[in-house]
Amino acid sequence: MRELWSIFSKGILLENPIFVLALSLCPALAVTSSVMTSLTMGLTVLFVITANNVSISIVKNFVNPKVRLPVYIVSIATIVTVSQLVLQAYFPLLYKALGIYLALVVVFAIILARAEVFASKNNVVRSFCDGLGMGAGFAIAMVIIGGIREIFGSGTFLGINIMPASYDAPLILILPAGAFILIGYLIGGVKIIVQRIEKAKA
Amino acid sequence: MEYLTLFISAVIVNNFVLTRFLGLCIFFGVSKNVNASFGMGMAVTAVMTISSLLAWLVYNFVLLRLNLTFLTTIVFVLLIASTVQLLEMVIKKHVPTLYNMWGIYLMLIAVNCVVLGVPLINVESNYTFSKSIVHAIGSGVGFGVAIVLMASLREKLRLADVPKSLDGLGIAFILAGMLALSFLGFSGMISI
Repeated sequence: MRELWSIFSKGILLENPIFVLALSLCPALAVTSSVMTSLTMGLTVLFVITANNVSISIVKNFVNPKVRLPVYIVSIATIVTVSQLVLQAYFPLLYKALGIYLALVVVFAIILARAEVFASKNNVVRSFCDGLGMGAGFAIAMVIIGGIREIFGSGTFLGINIMPASYDAPLILILPAGAFILIGYLIGGVKIIVQRIEKAKA
Repeated sequence: MEYLTLFISAVIVNNFVLTRFLGLCIFFGVSKNVNASFGMGMAVTAVMTISSLLAWLVYNFVLLRLNLTFLTTIVFVLLIASTVQLLEMVIKKHVPTLYNMWGIYLMLIAVNCVVLGVPLINVESNYTFSKSIVHAIGSGVGFGVAIVLMASLREKLRLADVPKSLDGLGIAFILAGMLALSFLGFSGMISI
């Protein structure tokens, strides 16, 4: 149990996919101008990464290592297509807001990396926990970035006005340039925190 | 004229890296020196053009005919990955000098959002065949311009005194932000 917890929790901070591993950065910048889109993208990736980890760890013994990459890609693409269709059917507005970035979940480095590094070597339960942890870490990072950009960039949270009327929102946070700069500082901040934790452990 | 506008818009106004945020892994991973990033830009442009050409044909003659458009994502990913592998083999066999220069970048491109993004945008915007090609070349050149600019900035950065926690990726992101800010000046120049 304790071991499963440590597999799950490392994805959230110590090996956070966005801030520490710096994989799949494209969505972290592209769809984080509001909390709602970041949350949707985060949950989609959480689902895809967990489902893919489970299916890869089930089939890992039947797949010839030479053809493992195409197998991973087909598996990921199938799961992504399913989530695309579900979102399109039930949340058409969010589907439109995410645009091509939803289809591009297929090529997120983090999903392929977890399949290759973890799911192809571990059993189903452990792979499930790993996918859940990595996905949760990704979703949390997305919501943090989306939250900062929405609250300070447009003065709202989930579309509700929360800043006083006199608050003059700096447009730059909503623009691409602001996203780059913000993530740069966040990466620096997380680096300091992770170093502190590791120092305290040692 | 229409094509020229599309080309310039793809290179500067809708720059792939700085306004659409595609291909960031390569953008930050390979932009450590100017020569490597130049090679990467060329390889990306070539692969992008070839794969959008094939993707356009497959989409319009196979997927649309058979009413299978919901399979677009799967088909495009497999198409691009296998094209890149094939391209690598052909170049290795017939043009070894080119392979020695740019071969290593090809594998990095095989499964990447920058190359998958162009065919998807082409489909989404209903571009004709020739427009798709122009858009692909423009996007590739835009990617190349961005990555070479970034690499030359990062080469200068080596001499600078950067705070320890921002060293590496952190400062690279902030630098990219400044670059994006300057590209913002072009927005509104062309509207399509």
